[in-house]
Amino acid sequence: MDIELMINSFPKLLNATLITLKLLSVSLILGIFIGLGFAILRINNNKLINKFAYGYSYIFRGTPLLVQIFIIYFGLGQIEYLRTTFLWIVLKEPYWCAIIAFSLNTGAYTSEILRSALQTIKPGYLEAGRSLGIPSKIIFTKIQIPIAIKQSLPAYGNEIILMLKGTSLASTVTLMDLTGVAKYIISTTFKPVEVFIVAGGIYLFMTFIIHNVIKYLEKKYGFQT
Amino acid sequence: MELLYFGDKGWGDELFFATLMTIAVSITAMIIGFIFATLFTPLKLSHNKILNSIGNAYTTVIRGVPELLVIYLFFFGGSGAIMFVASIFGYNDYIEINAFLTGSFSIGIISGAYSTEVFRGALQSIDKGQFEAAKVLGFNKYIYFFKIILPQMLRLAIPNLSNVWQITLKDTSLISVTGLVEIMRQSYIAAGSTRDPLFFYSFAAVLYLMLTFLSMQLLNKLETKYSKGY
Repeated sequence: MDIELMINSFPKLLNATLITLKLLSVSLILGIFIGLGFAILRINNNKLINKFAYGYSYIFRGTPLLVQIFIIYFGLGQIEYLRTTFLWIVLKEPYWCAIIAFSLNTGAYTSEILRSALQTIKPGYLEAGRSLGIPSKIIFTKIQIPIAIKQSLPAYGNEIILMLKGTSLASTVTLMDLTGVAKYIISTTFKPVEVFIVAGGIYLFMTFIIHNVIKYLEKKYGFQT
Repeated sequence: MELLYFGDKGWGDELFFATLMTIAVSITAMIIGFIFATLFTPLKLSHNKILNSIGNAYTTVIRGVPELLVIYLFFFGGSGAIMFVASIFGYNDYIEINAFLTGSFSIGIISGAYSTEVFRGALQSIDKGQFEAAKVLGFNKYIYFFKIILPQMLRLAIPNLSNVWQITLKDTSLISVTGLVEIMRQSYIAAGSTRDPLFFYSFAAVLYLMLTFLSMQLLNKLETKYSKGY
């Protein structure tokens, strides 16, 4: 056991954790909007819209995240037309490609979580709202959405942790996130166990915090239905 | 479409064998995962504090650390560990472990952690009366476990195990970083030599979708078979 290496690599890994956290938070925020949008499309009565939203979540949940990143990072650059538009400024940066892939991926999972929460709201709440003469738009934004968010907290907490682990794939498109730096240190020192303990410890610490924050929020805002 | 021809002209046959490799790795990893799960589930359910915390440590660490990091640990550390063990027995040459074994083993450990949780949940939700009744009726251990507990456990576990299978199948794409030629690696090679990454990665996505779709179809049949009578 090389304790010195562990101590030396700790600040480097901690520095890389910042990139991991940045990737995680940006893609989660974008993912919530995408997820909410597609969840609303999923409960739409129009079959075509419904199928489209289902297809989106099926494709993104049925393929590995690695394929999605590679299609966006290596694949989209191949389309000549894209290179002439302003999108190219975004797509040539591995950072933004990773964020696009992560947001679309977590958006697909989030849409499923929110959809099931929206569909399991007790009809009594909506009927109560309607009989009080509240317009249906306000019923949706002030009754359905808040209840759905509360109900989906535990499942969303799992999704955050899955996404935290998912950000490690950013290292495959040359980003130096926590896993990327860990791999670099491993491949230069050939001491995988020590680096794994430090980097894994940082990841575990983050999962631990996310887990407890969600638990706290559940206690504070969750309710028995 | 020419790119998918079989033979020397296209990548059809290469991708076909790569798909078989993905299936083989997934199944091997799933089996290794089951072995780990059968070892760790009793630990997680044990009342002994030390055994219990060993079981919890396994599932918490593996489920809290990115899959890629676990794969790097085994990829870079695997042959070192084996060479260390071999040197105790007086064998000092360089040993390189097969990429297939490293890959299936690291994915297997990951899938094992998920399977452990599934088994634990299934065992815990069987009615206590079933255990007691089986004991009171004096069945021997074989009948007790294989004829009474296991069938009930499978009914509860199979829907969740098909989720674990999906996760495992998708995780195998990550072992392409170790150089094992499965779907992802083959697409990477093909994309590099034809300069057509969009086509090959999209095709890889289609292959994965096909695999997940077909396996869900099969697993749903299994699910209805085991939930007969409920």
